[in-house]
Amino acid sequence: MASVTLKNVSKAFGAYDVIRSINLEIEDGEFMVFVGPSGCGKSTLLRLIAGLVPVSEGDVFIGGEQVTDVPASKRGLAFVFQSYALYPHMNVSRNISFALETARLGKDEIRRRVTKVAEMLKISHLLDRRPRQLSGGQRQRVAIGRALVGEPEVFLFDEPLSNLDADLRMEMRFEIVKLHGDVKTTMIYVTHDQTEAMTLADRIVILNQGRIEQVGRPRELYDRPANRFVAGFLGSPRMNFAPLDRAASSAGVLRGVGGFYHAAELAGAENPTEIGLRPEALKLVSAETKGAICGTFERMEDLGYEYVCYVRLSETLVWTVRSTGRPPAFTEGQPVGLGWQPESLYLFGEDGRRIDHDSAVQLASGASL
Amino acid sequence: MSAAERMQRQQNRTAWLFLLPLIIALVGVAIWPLTRSIFFSFTDAFLDAPANYGFVGIDNFITVAEDPVFWRAVKNTLFFTVISVGLETLLGLAIALLLHRAFVGRGIVRAAILVPWAMPMVVSTRIWEWMLNDQFGLINKLFVTLGLVEKGIAWTAEPTLILYTVIFIDVWVTTPFMVLLILAGLQLIPEEIYEAAEVSGVPHWKRFWSITLPLATPAIGVAMLFRTLDALRMFDLSYVLAANNENTMTMSIYARDQLISFQDLGLGSAASTWVFMIIGLIAIAIVGVLRLDRATG
Repeated sequence: MASVTLKNVSKAFGAYDVIRSINLEIEDGEFMVFVGPSGCGKSTLLRLIAGLVPVSEGDVFIGGEQVTDVPASKRGLAFVFQSYALYPHMNVSRNISFALETARLGKDEIRRRVTKVAEMLKISHLLDRRPRQLSGGQRQRVAIGRALVGEPEVFLFDEPLSNLDADLRMEMRFEIVKLHGDVKTTMIYVTHDQTEAMTLADRIVILNQGRIEQVGRPRELYDRPANRFVAGFLGSPRMNFAPLDRAASSAGVLRGVGGFYHAAELAGAENPTEIGLRPEALKLVSAETKGAICGTFERMEDLGYEYVCYVRLSETLVWTVRSTGRPPAFTEGQPVGLGWQPESLYLFGEDGRRIDHDSAVQLASGASL
Repeated sequence: MSAAERMQRQQNRTAWLFLLPLIIALVGVAIWPLTRSIFFSFTDAFLDAPANYGFVGIDNFITVAEDPVFWRAVKNTLFFTVISVGLETLLGLAIALLLHRAFVGRGIVRAAILVPWAMPMVVSTRIWEWMLNDQFGLINKLFVTLGLVEKGIAWTAEPTLILYTVIFIDVWVTTPFMVLLILAGLQLIPEEIYEAAEVSGVPHWKRFWSITLPLATPAIGVAMLFRTLDALRMFDLSYVLAANNENTMTMSIYARDQLISFQDLGLGSAASTWVFMIIGLIAIAIVGVLRLDRATG
């Protein structure tokens, strides 16, 4: 087991900067998830840690030791690939034991380890099969087994569940959590799926265009996103944003599209330019309700356990509302109000950073509207 | 007849219709000549009057089998095949492994390596014949200048050397073919398999022996099969270099000599049939071995 530290790590492919000066500390035994939109550099970052790709600048430390120039084969890590990358010509047993053949272990020790790992992952009955005779979920178990058997310092997962169907993905997610609980090894997990990120991680790193947007515990990122990007990235459907009307707003009094009105005491002298409200923080109310944001009802998606409504606030702006229970009986084009609680309001400045505000003040002024 | 049966029958008829052009072509260029050849091998026909023949049973086959020149040709052919295909495979694998790595100018090198294969065999042979000439040849000139030999070596005239010269030229011409086929096989192996092995600490040599080689084996096997069958019926190279010199005579040249030089249609056909049978047996054996590999490896 080991910690992983990145110091000013950058990577460029030709003139294209993929990773831009990243500093990150991953603690020993931690489950860290890298998440971000495609092309954000999350897989490259994982490969830099693995040593499969050399860094352009900066240093990588594993267990406190500098490994920047140490080849991948000597870093003591294990890597699980999205494509599983099993050896197609070897059976499951040999797939798992292959790397041990040159590790100066006795035959009995190898067999003992393979048996143990196979039992742990419930693949003992598959040991004689070839990869092509296995289902996707079984292949992924073998790939994890192959990673486990070497008793690595750090596990690296590169979108390991992306090729599985939804049910299996959920099951494997659960198994990976359990596995981390059992082996307590440091795990770094790359995904584009925010559900995986939220459910697996001790801490999440949100990446965008090769930079870290925010690092923190899942709940922390969800409740207190550092900026507009993080706020928009986590949550499904994503957070609703709307620009503020700069001309009509003054210090402490914010006005925006759909009759939005809010008097807030802002921390510092920052001037918000945009508001954000999560779909689950909104409630469909009648158009006349005081303090509600006004729009017209567009359409509704009933998912059974919840429903999502689309409300048009302006020509270019459609907000979503998510709620559980019986879907409301609005018709298309009908004027509708969006009720919201001041404490669920997010404010963003010109540079996209979130601005803290004291929502208690708003309650009084909202009532007087 | 049910509707399903009718549909099945209709589909079968369509399938045969699609196959018809191929069947006609095969009968025209392979089956008919082959049958004629085998037919003539049981007769005493001569090339100037093939309509005028009588049956002689298996006399022709016995004559060929009792001819030491034929067995000399078989020996030459087998020796040539084993050594040249062996060298081409080793060289082909080595060059393919080099070309498989990414480096600047790889595209140009890949195209350039095809040049020997793109040239007609007759042209290549003549080029090498001149380069290897004992008096005027470039190679001998080089050797003499470097002080390696005192006077030019008669590569294409010395009986003990000439078969090796034939092998050398064949290796030069057909190694690119091997390279391309093996390279295609190597490129089918996913990069991530190597990365997986690398991260788990498997050393380079082990990655080669236990991953590259077994996964490239089908491609190498098919390439060897093609080259072996090609080499077994080799004619042009030996013929251009040394005509019917016994030291380089192949089975095909022997058959051609009987048929064309001696005008003996019956004997020539019998020799051709022998060649056909020998190559056929070897082909079946190789395919069998390849299948076996696929099942157990």
